[in-house]
Amino acid sequence: MNEQPHFILDGRRVPFEDGQTLMTAALEAGVYIPHLCFNPEFTPHGSCRVCLVKVNGRVQAACTTPAAAGLTVQSEIEELRELRRGILQMLFVEGNHVCPACEKSGACQLQAVAYYVGMLAPHYTHFYPRHPVDASHPEAVIDFNRCILCELCVRASRDVDGKNVFAIQGRGLQARLVVNTPSGQLGATSFSIDDKAAQVCPTGTILIKHRGYETPIGQRLYDRKPISMVGDVAQVPESQGGRRHD
Amino acid sequence: MAEPMTFAQTVRDIVRRHGGLSTRLLQILREVQDHLTWLPSEALEQVAEELGLSPDKVRGVAKFYSFLYTDPRGSYDILFSDNITDRMLGNRELLHYLCERFGIGIGETRADGVVSVGTTSCTGMCDQGPAALVNGYTLTRLDRARLDRIVELVNGRIPLEQWPREFFEVTSNIRRADILLGRHFADGAAVRAVLRRGPEAMLDELVKSGLRGQGGAGYKSAAKWMACRNAPGEVKYVVCNADEGEPGTFKDRVLMQDFADLVFEGMTLCGRVIGARQGFVYLRGEYRYLLKALRETLQRRRETGLLGEAILGDPSFNFDIDIHLGAGAYVCGEESALIESLEGKHGVPRIRPPFPTTHGYLNRPTVVNNVETFAAAAKIAVEGGEWFASRGTAESKGTKLLSLSGDCERPGIYEYPFGVTVQRVLEDCGARDAQGIQMAGPAGHTVSAKQFGRRICFEDLATGGSFMVFDRSRDILDGIRNFTQFFVHESCGFCTPCRVGTSLMRDLVTKVHTGHGTRQDLEEMRKLGRIMQVACHCGLGQTAPNPVLDSLDEFPEAYERRLRSTAYEPAFDLNAALEEARQLTGRRDPGAYLNERDLLLGAMP
Ligand SMILES: Cc1cc2nc3c(=O)[nH]c(=O)nc-3n(C[C@H](O)[C@H](O)[C@H](O)COP(=O)(O)O)c2cc1C
Ligand code: SF4
Ligand code: SF4
Ligand code: FES
Ligand code: FES
Repeated sequence: MNEQPHFILDGRRVPFEDGQTLMTAALEAGVYIPHLCFNPEFTPHGSCRVCLVKVNGRVQAACTTPAAAGLTVQSEIEELRELRRGILQMLFVEGNHVCPACEKSGACQLQAVAYYVGMLAPHYTHFYPRHPVDASHPEAVIDFNRCILCELCVRASRDVDGKNVFAIQGRGLQARLVVNTPSGQLGATSFSIDDKAAQVCPTGTILIKHRGYETPIGQRLYDRKPISMVGDVAQVPESQGGRRHD
Repeated sequence: MAEPMTFAQTVRDIVRRHGGLSTRLLQILREVQDHLTWLPSEALEQVAEELGLSPDKVRGVAKFYSFLYTDPRGSYDILFSDNITDRMLGNRELLHYLCERFGIGIGETRADGVVSVGTTSCTGMCDQGPAALVNGYTLTRLDRARLDRIVELVNGRIPLEQWPREFFEVTSNIRRADILLGRHFADGAAVRAVLRRGPEAMLDELVKSGLRGQGGAGYKSAAKWMACRNAPGEVKYVVCNADEGEPGTFKDRVLMQDFADLVFEGMTLCGRVIGARQGFVYLRGEYRYLLKALRETLQRRRETGLLGEAILGDPSFNFDIDIHLGAGAYVCGEESALIESLEGKHGVPRIRPPFPTTHGYLNRPTVVNNVETFAAAAKIAVEGGEWFASRGTAESKGTKLLSLSGDCERPGIYEYPFGVTVQRVLEDCGARDAQGIQMAGPAGHTVSAKQFGRRICFEDLATGGSFMVFDRSRDILDGIRNFTQFFVHESCGFCTPCRVGTSLMRDLVTKVHTGHGTRQDLEEMRKLGRIMQVACHCGLGQTAPNPVLDSLDEFPEAYERRLRSTAYEPAFDLNAALEEARQLTGRRDPGAYLNERDLLLGAMP
């Protein structure tokens, strides 16, 4: 009998099926590779670069690299932790992430991944960009200061909700999440908090109104266990402190 | 702006002329902007409606390209090329002078909406700068006298067609010719050769020739063509990469200006070999001035049976070429971003694999080659692979076109067999006092004098063609800082390490350049550079730190003589911040100062 094809990840055999990436195969085998723009329900994007692994000695994004038999993949090594730390630090200085003042602190995937890779301080000089907050919608707020441009809400609204509420526009550092209405206001869209787009944000950018601090800080999703055990905020049901609708 | 009725009509006409195809979106937006000077929301919405696209898609494209404006711009839009070679020729002084004459700041539009002045990345006129673009058309050899005339022409609202022709003159400056530029080529010779030999035999010649991609990466052309030929699918495409965005490179411009037939012929024979009926030239927006002549050349080739249906009377040989104009985005030179742009989208590089040879334009098998690669392929078709391979080195066959600029007496195009030394090139172009060169553009190598014995070939110093010379009067760090700014401007913004890292790097270099850096900042640059090299999504971000990393090794003194003696210097000026508080509180006592030095300086009148 033919055995299932596999690759080696940090010394472990990870089986895979045709069409899987290193990330999806690892996830299925219960091995955590840190990530932000990846969500198993959507086609891979490859933009955050947090999921970098070494494939036969070459650094590649696990979420976009097709799994292949015989590959030797390294993930939990100091060299990669340092790389990932650097990338997390870039995300933190690019936006305005004042964790103590953020409603999602403790249940934020960005923060949790930062802890996971051992990031203690942002290190680089803060850009302090000026971004507005959009509170025009009756049930949701968007704080653009915390957006990491992962495009998950864009993909969810377009591909699942069929509403195409969000888009990323602009080049380079000018790239911004925008709301697709002439006024640019969320309140003018058909966005609803039951949308998939309301359940996928890995940061505290898209927030549901009237639900602030239901769980006290210290008892939140990633306060109890590290992200490698809990998984993505988008996959954990709301009742357990995540974003996924039950 | 025109009347609302005619405005709507204009947009409709333009969309119709492009067959209502969404792949033509970028071309359509360019033309709409030509009429309106910028792209107001109503125009974008109407284009979206006519093409059946969502408005945010159209706006997303408009917001991506430097030459498309979603804010009002002057009817005369003047952009100074701001490469380091333009700066060496004094472009900043001219830029300030022109702004002053118009009474506006850099990047601003005059209140009457007639003129705006700004800067842009290298426009590929490095051998005849300082250069600029006016409404996308190239101006060369700027000086104060020319600018004075331009002020008069603009203020008199004189249409561009009536400006003096010599302002727009672009010369080819071919200083050294070898097999590509030197030997006569009869139109149709390569197309006839491939008809006579057949596609397989043509591929054999290409294999024998050893030809490698001249865009810089050096991928074997025969292997690429073969992979595309063997890829499943009936419909295939040929794409000529004439984006030439690497600062300091202009050899593709000269090929398109003087040797367009050769390039078109290379594309046509590629079409025959891989089984494609359609080819595209992706011409960088900065070379807009070439468009009319190129279209005429294509038309002439159709009329003489070298292009279109039944080429040379063979009913099975059909191939045509269309030209797409870019709109100011270096990243669109990356082949998958280029394909996205050809499809009418914003130019973010795709995830690879799959590669263009199997999933290219409209997801069909596509060969993307550089201009020079196609030109060489045409020559190989006529003269044979062995003839080509007799020149060059073991791993780099044939010749290379170098674009020489900077501190040398004879800037221009030099064709050498691969393997020529840097020293030899410097002697030939009259660079007497070079302290270093930037090879292959900002993404390439910073080479100091002790390495001038190195050879130009894929085994040693690989290059797409850019060769900028810095003599001993120059400050290398001026160049490095300019390059880091280039990458900030050109990052597509898709991936984190490039989008954020390019700015962090620019800020670190600026900190040192302005005398505020410490040894720790140099270490920081190295660390950041290493992250970017391995972590970025595409070649742009991966190569962006190269000039900094290279120059740290090759020109350490350029950094070190500017360092502060302290180990660490904050990124913000604490004393300046305190000064604000002192002014508010009116305090001047020693307790209001950080240290004695600040106190002494602060007490000075
Ligand atoms: C940021 C970036 C810019 C590029 N710009 C160009 C260019 O302007 N012209 C070009 O021929 N290749 C450019 N390339 C390389 C192309 O991706 C591709 O390798 C090349 O067009 C293939 O042609 P060749 O094999 O004939 O060299 C660029 C690559 C990157 C990453
Ligand atoms: S989004 Fe997350 S990381 Fe950012 S401020 Fe909020 S809790 Fe902190
Ligand atoms: S709002 Fe959230 S989900 Fe959307 S792009 Fe920003 S970080 Fe990603
Ligand atoms: S998770 Fe792979 S690049 Fe973002
Ligand atoms: S933004 Fe293009 S390489 Fe990252």
